[in-house]
Amino acid sequence: MSGLNKGLKTRKQQRLLVVSAAVTTLVGAVLLVLFALGGDSLSLFLQPSDVKEKQISAGQHFRLGGLVEAGSFSRDADGLTYRFSVTDCAATLPVQFKGLLPDLFREGQGVVTEGELNADGVFVASTVLAKHDENYNPPGTLPKSADQCVHPENSPYEANQSQVGG
Amino acid sequence: MAGEIGHFSLILALAFALVGASLPHIGALRGDNRLMALADRAVLAQFLMAVVAFAALTYAFVTSDFSVMNVAANSHSLKPMLYKISGVWGNHEGSLLFWVLILTLFGALVSWRGKKLPLRFRSRVLAVQSLLVFGFLCFILFTSNPFLRLDPAPLEGTGLNPLLQDPGLAFHPPMLYLGYVGLSIAFSFAVAALLEGEVTPLWARWVRPWALLAWVFLTGGIALGSWWAYYELGWGGWWFWDPVENASFMPWLAATALLHSAIVVEKRDALKSWTILLAIIAFSFSLLGTFLVRSGVITSVHAFATDPARGIFILAFLALVIGGSMALYAWRAPRLSPGGLFGVVSRESGLVLNNIFLSTFAAVVLVGTLYPLFVEAAGAGQITVGPPFFEYAAAVLMSPLIVALGFGPLLAWKRGKLSRAAQIVFPALVVALVAGTVLVWRTTGGYVMTAFGLGLAVWLITSVLLEIAGRIKLWQAPGKALGGLAKITRAQWGMSLAHAGLGVILLGITVSEAFTDEQLLVMAPGDTASVAGYDFTFDGVAPVAGPNFSAVRGFFQVSEEGAFLTTLTPEDRVYTNPAMNTTEAAIYPLFAGDLYAVIGEATGTGRWSVRLYFKPFISGLWLGALMMMIGGILSLSDRRLRIGMPTGKRSKVGRAV
Repeated sequence: MSGLNKGLKTRKQQRLLVVSAAVTTLVGAVLLVLFALGGDSLSLFLQPSDVKEKQISAGQHFRLGGLVEAGSFSRDADGLTYRFSVTDCAATLPVQFKGLLPDLFREGQGVVTEGELNADGVFVASTVLAKHDENYNPPGTLPKSADQCVHPENSPYEANQSQVGG
Repeated sequence: MAGEIGHFSLILALAFALVGASLPHIGALRGDNRLMALADRAVLAQFLMAVVAFAALTYAFVTSDFSVMNVAANSHSLKPMLYKISGVWGNHEGSLLFWVLILTLFGALVSWRGKKLPLRFRSRVLAVQSLLVFGFLCFILFTSNPFLRLDPAPLEGTGLNPLLQDPGLAFHPPMLYLGYVGLSIAFSFAVAALLEGEVTPLWARWVRPWALLAWVFLTGGIALGSWWAYYELGWGGWWFWDPVENASFMPWLAATALLHSAIVVEKRDALKSWTILLAIIAFSFSLLGTFLVRSGVITSVHAFATDPARGIFILAFLALVIGGSMALYAWRAPRLSPGGLFGVVSRESGLVLNNIFLSTFAAVVLVGTLYPLFVEAAGAGQITVGPPFFEYAAAVLMSPLIVALGFGPLLAWKRGKLSRAAQIVFPALVVALVAGTVLVWRTTGGYVMTAFGLGLAVWLITSVLLEIAGRIKLWQAPGKALGGLAKITRAQWGMSLAHAGLGVILLGITVSEAFTDEQLLVMAPGDTASVAGYDFTFDGVAPVAGPNFSAVRGFFQVSEEGAFLTTLTPEDRVYTNPAMNTTEAAIYPLFAGDLYAVIGEATGTGRWSVRLYFKPFISGLWLGALMMMIGGILSLSDRRLRIGMPTGKRSKVGRAV
């Protein structure tokens, strides 16, 4: 408080104070970022063939992107658990999800799911994200070997039918 | 015909923008008043041309003229009129045209209301604004022309994404754009000030209303988008830290910092150079947001149709605008005269602290948003940065800000006393501690973080109330308190309301995150489920036909302890054009929280999958955002701050330095 009574600091001191406060916060933020980026908040974004290649172990949290394989969709007897396969046209991974599927979910469309593999090699998704716009594929869901896929997006009506029927 | 008129007027606008962006600068260099005065007319002409172009596109949408490619791709003759009109800006090309319309409108407003600004300075501002218009018009005409024709014209359009056929989303993009573009005025003023080498309190009195206006619109746009996600996507979530959301959040943080630092320039003639930088950064964030959204460089669940050529164009434009203005800043900022001095404990210091935390948070969000891009560029594979990162950063950086926010408005300008402020807000500390402790005790220690958040929210709201009480001397002279209330200026009411709004939002987040009751069930008609003490009885479903969709509507009777409350009717809609399902959640807001029901699919044997929620105090989010907006509007309506009001006089506080 004595500094206050003496009056105001010089311009140089004031600038020093402000700059050092800013630098302290910024350094703190950088440490925070490094710390936080090392933890759980980072998740790999993989396609089914990456999962096979990298031999991801069970229990590791990651995001899985790809197309929902045509004809793979089914529902368990409890009415809430869905099973489908996500494919990048080179490899396919079975996925299981309990919950309500998003509106834009349908066979043959791009999907991003988040979760982890269980011991049987089934990807247990905690969230399923579909996209907002039917004309667009998020970069991570575009199949790497797209020419091997029959792309059902050209006939969205049929794809929709198969989901309702499935 | 309308298409050609629109196209032609865009080209004319481009020519006017080129004139407006170049000649006034030459005039300023030569001291030629006639060349400088050209800026006013050029800006007006751009605005008129943009109005004609926008009207032409709207006409094409309203009359369902499918020979215009953009209309064919985004509209349908059976669509309700509201969505035909909102379809104008609900797509990439149209939204850019809307962007240009606002850009020119704001330019015209500055020209119209800014007659009291020195001609030289006004022409500089308008010339910078014209340059932005020029850039965006080039972008539209060369990569995203909304007036391209189709030959032969299709008989019917593809329709608008049903998720976007919603009142909330019809107004979400225009609000955001008004906010983004409002920041362009702050940017133009900053660049003009750098060119002229002078920042006066008068400058701040001009920039602050624009920053405030942009901030009000950004707040509204973000809140609308969040509200839309909450009721339309059917996940009960309202914020996902998705790159596209961050793209609107970063300009908001920068605008918040800007409107605070502009106060210091206005009142105390200090922090000038920083405020200029902040104005540049805020608009750069707006452009970056556009780039992130429109180029698709980052995986986002909000997917927009994208095109690499567009991405490269925006990136180049971004580099030019940011690089150019930053270079100008580096060159000219040292020439700005240094500002007034202030003590370590003072209102100025409080505002500096606000700026440090807000800008650091914006920087952290930026890093988190772009980090996947860098990792991918480095060949280390695709990764995503999840919500925990941002939530952690928000908690660490915003908590001290909120603590400081309780003190800030109580400190005097230039030299304040912490002890006096502490004396006033001490009760708030007690109330906050009690609230936090009670929560920890009631939940037997299970919700420490929630208690912390609750304590912060209570602290903020109480200290705002105490500040008002202190201002009207409620404790010293209760009899005169009402008279004191009338003396509080609108700007002060605005500040208090906005600060309390932040507290209410924090309260909503904390309570709803911790105590949401969620149930995922399969129900048959007649079944009853209990969610947080409310009984949801499923009464079966009925088919419903809408104008361009058919739906299954579920019926839930909700009662509390036997007393009937309401019937919730969530729908599962199937749209015909384009063929798509959407979920319409049914929400019934109570004072204590929202009842929320979503109907899924039939699971055979007459049973349906459903999701039921009770979300306590979630309305605090929208209520708080509304308080912030009203606070901003109140402050804007204050006579001293009204756009265009500033006179040539220097404010008396400014002279006291």
